[in-house]
Amino acid sequence: MQLLPYTENHHRFRARLRKFLAEEVVPHVDDWETDHIVPRDVWKKMGREGFICPALSKEYGGAGGDFLHSTIVIEEISRTNHSGLATPLHSDIVVPYIESYASEIQKRHYLPLCASGDVITAVAMTEPNAGSDLVSMQTTAEADGDDIVLNGSKTFITNGINCDLVIVAARNPLAGNPHKAISLYLVEDGTPGFEKGRRLEKMGFHSQDTAELFFNDCRIPRTNRLGEDGDGFYMLMEKLQQERLVCAVMGVAAAEQIFEWSMRYCRETAGPKGPMSRSQAVAFALVEMSTDIKLGRTFLDKLIAEHMAGEQIVIETSMAKYWTTDLAKRIADRALDLFGQGGTLETTPPVRAFRDVRVMSIFAGTNEIMKGIVAKFMGM
Amino acid sequence: MEIITYTSEHHTFRKRLRVFLENEVTPHVDQWEADHIVPKTVWQKMGAGGFLCPSVSKEYGGIGGDYRYAVIVAEEMSRTRCTGLAASLHSDVVVPYLDSFGALEQKRKYLPGCVSGDIVTAVAMTEPDAGSDVAGMKTTAVEAGDEVIINGSKTFISNGVICDLLIIAARDPGIASKHHAVSLYLVEAGTPGFEKGRQLEKMGWHSQDTAELFFNDCRIPKGNRLGENGSGFIMLMQKLQQERLTCVLGAVPAAEMILEWTVDSCRKLLRNGKPLIRSQAIQFALVEMMTEVKLGRTFMEKLVMDHIEGQNIVIETSMAKYWTTEMVNRIADRSLEIVGEVGTLESCPIVRAKRDVRVMSIFAGTNEIMKGIAAKFMGM
Amino acid sequence: MFELTRSQKEIQKAAQEFARGEFDKEVTVDLEKSHTYPTEIWKKAVELGFIGIQFAEKYGGGGLGILDACLVAETLCRKDSTMGSALSLASFGAECLHRFGDEKLRGSFLPRVTEGEILTGIGLFETERGDDFSVLDTTAVRSGEEWVVNGKKRYVINGGTAGFYIVLCRTGETCDENNGTSMILVEAGRTGIGCIPLGDKLALNSVAIADLTFDQVRVPMSNLLGKEGKGIAQARAFLDEVKILAAARAVGIAAGAFDRALAYVKQREQFDRKLAQFQITRHKIADMATKVELARLITYRAASDFDTGKPDPAMSAMAKMAAARMAVEVSDEAIQLFGGYGYMTEQEVERYYREAKTIELCLGTRESQKDRIADIVIGKLK
Repeated sequence: MQLLPYTENHHRFRARLRKFLAEEVVPHVDDWETDHIVPRDVWKKMGREGFICPALSKEYGGAGGDFLHSTIVIEEISRTNHSGLATPLHSDIVVPYIESYASEIQKRHYLPLCASGDVITAVAMTEPNAGSDLVSMQTTAEADGDDIVLNGSKTFITNGINCDLVIVAARNPLAGNPHKAISLYLVEDGTPGFEKGRRLEKMGFHSQDTAELFFNDCRIPRTNRLGEDGDGFYMLMEKLQQERLVCAVMGVAAAEQIFEWSMRYCRETAGPKGPMSRSQAVAFALVEMSTDIKLGRTFLDKLIAEHMAGEQIVIETSMAKYWTTDLAKRIADRALDLFGQGGTLETTPPVRAFRDVRVMSIFAGTNEIMKGIVAKFMGM
Repeated sequence: MEIITYTSEHHTFRKRLRVFLENEVTPHVDQWEADHIVPKTVWQKMGAGGFLCPSVSKEYGGIGGDYRYAVIVAEEMSRTRCTGLAASLHSDVVVPYLDSFGALEQKRKYLPGCVSGDIVTAVAMTEPDAGSDVAGMKTTAVEAGDEVIINGSKTFISNGVICDLLIIAARDPGIASKHHAVSLYLVEAGTPGFEKGRQLEKMGWHSQDTAELFFNDCRIPKGNRLGENGSGFIMLMQKLQQERLTCVLGAVPAAEMILEWTVDSCRKLLRNGKPLIRSQAIQFALVEMMTEVKLGRTFMEKLVMDHIEGQNIVIETSMAKYWTTEMVNRIADRSLEIVGEVGTLESCPIVRAKRDVRVMSIFAGTNEIMKGIAAKFMGM
Repeated sequence: MFELTRSQKEIQKAAQEFARGEFDKEVTVDLEKSHTYPTEIWKKAVELGFIGIQFAEKYGGGGLGILDACLVAETLCRKDSTMGSALSLASFGAECLHRFGDEKLRGSFLPRVTEGEILTGIGLFETERGDDFSVLDTTAVRSGEEWVVNGKKRYVINGGTAGFYIVLCRTGETCDENNGTSMILVEAGRTGIGCIPLGDKLALNSVAIADLTFDQVRVPMSNLLGKEGKGIAQARAFLDEVKILAAARAVGIAAGAFDRALAYVKQREQFDRKLAQFQITRHKIADMATKVELARLITYRAASDFDTGKPDPAMSAMAKMAAARMAVEVSDEAIQLFGGYGYMTEQEVERYYREAKTIELCLGTRESQKDRIADIVIGKLK
């Protein structure tokens, strides 16, 4: 039974994308990992082919597809075993804020550029002292005539160096209710007072230009606010279901890729008694990995179908985010065991994956936050 | 998204069954647990209600229903927490051998009784020295004129005491190839030389009359063989997919029941004057269990549909059998731990559940066998 | 067994002070990036007697036991997993020389190790599995008064930087546990040795690991280590010994990750409370503390058995397996408690996590340890 209604169009889209990635991305990922950034022209090439913002309506320059197209992009990029080309974050997490909440003028201005890859976006929520706890955010947005003045700093911002447009969450210091104090603002790169800080060194995601961002009396026009004043928190909540689902797609896709490498390696590598996969311990490990992945995949596919049908599945997506990202971590950990000492070398593909997937259970709300959300929504 | 699509007939069937079980089964379960057997009359009542062998065609008294009915029966039976009334075993594991491989005469003779509950069936594969290793079976079947003489013993036979008709696997000692030596035979209770041994005392499944069976020069007509001579192994293999799936149908609802009870208990039980459910650690444990149960259920439902569609899902059903039966054990363990000392008393429903579910990862092929099968079919 | 002796406590304290004074995370990160061995710190560790502490005094060692070496390794790794590991591995393989070498060989090489003149290396395996003796194609053939060594060894620690290598070679026709293989000491300066560095690694980049090739490498007859024919048996005994040290490093790494996580949760506030006030955090900390303590116990037990003349190969394997797994789990949880910061190089725990995983992958994975344990526990079947 197919849980997801993939059409011929989707299959062609996947085939085209896979070919594109094999030619334009895979040969370069090792360099990008060393450079700690992905060149901007790859974004433009991808945009030209219609692989960026695949679900954005054609009216605004998108490909007019659906969330299955997005899923395909996330899955195929996962297979390239690198993290820098974060188009899914751009297409399926950041741009939807603009699509849903920006004014018509802003949409006409920004969306076509987002779809073409000329504008790379980022979303800035996390702060040094406000990670999963958004309410305690300290970046302020104060009205001054027709301007808004932003002050504060953000950290762990994906696409932090490459970004041309950032959606910044900031708090009105005058608002009483903390949940009604936050608004989202569009800040363009180059705006005086907006400074990109150092690129952060991390365990993995080496080709990803995660950075700190600073705002010192950064003035933007008041019209750069997305939606109504104080609606930021509500907008974030509204979009989190898709964000978590995107993480779950990444988790499952990474696990599948790592499993594929492991299975191939164990079949092709000789152990003391025939191919390694003939060892009972290895075979059982592979079966257990595969089983967990199939469970994750089935659950994920069901949730994608429900999400596309517009169902409210905040509990299930939170569950899926935590379970599938833990899954990816578990699979990577187990895979390295199968590679033995080869699992200590960076030339072994699952090693990079091992370093990369570790962050999945932390970003987009730690897995502990996910469990807390489920508990809350289950009325505990 | 509903994965299993039920028709109004299915819903009506479920509703009727639930009422029946509430009236005729649930009130008596504690007694049956003490008696270590379920009275035959309940089987007959269940048959009269049309709840046995729904897959058997109308011609023989059944309703010719699909496997969705098996799901309904398994789920509703789970709610009664009665292991003795092994309707799923009878309807979805044993009778299908007769239905699929029986000769017209055999079907005419036995199927109506199976549907009405006048004939309770059992299947005898396991032997004292051949558990999961079917090929190591020692019970022999030797042809003598128009008869077949069976010698040997079987153990761990569900419905062993109550059964009227037995499907037994035995081997022709004249055939060397283990895989071509096994045939299946129908043996009626009361046949001279067929003796029901002692009822086995066990950790759980107290209302289930699991027993040993003995065959000493037990003569049956040659016409009692199911299918071709030597095709026993192939028949077993063919039916194992459904057998394993039926185990999954037992495990997932059992896990759901246990969890429901645990969540409920956590709302009521107090620790330091506070309901347990207000504790963060308890909440996280419950969320983790709920997530696993949901993953299991989603996987189960997809496999049910694949099975109905006639797909070959031997890998996935083996995976599901091991994963869900391990899962239900984990859930039972963790639940007991959470409720604390209450969980040491038989009056606590989870205690019986824990005793009952423990065998699930052992019967119908241990979980290690399941992993071995998956490994084999995955080409390892 | 449950109480360290006074001298052991003093060793711990000395190691702590040394680490506090010498280790610097910025330096570590730079060395890791440039793949450079911490030579200066190593020389200082030598001065304080931390290198070869378990070797006899007449060779410049500390005359102490494996338990003492474990305490040093654990303490150093706890302060800095990379530095601690790099120093613990300075004399990797020299254990064989100490145990099996004759007086002359020991006398001429061990002092150079304990005096910090050379690092050491050992080449046992020819596949990616750190315990696989089934592939053994490197040969040492007699030629006059010399051995001629030919072949290739994989994943040699300090490969390319060591002063000598101990190489497991075929020296006979048949090859099994007790026949046909021997250990030969090959000085790094001999002609015919090639070194293929293995490039970037998951962790511990400051320690060189390379494949070594031997092409008609000639060494004197007297470089035979231990008994001819007993190479594999000696190698197993060596592994049983160094697995205990690996376990100790794992315990140190876990304890170090734990220390950092503990300090962080006591200081970090989210949702108007310290992280350490959330029950889920408290339970994580409790789990971590329990795991570290369990692993430490079995590690000390294995070390103590070894020192009291009752080396137990099963216990060594158990300690290595349990401690490495524990270290992966504890450092993983430490990352989680740090949240996004845990993933950043700056907070160190991610490096601890990678190093813990490396310990699990070297000297045989968990499957290999289980094979070894089962062989011993189950014994020969009738």
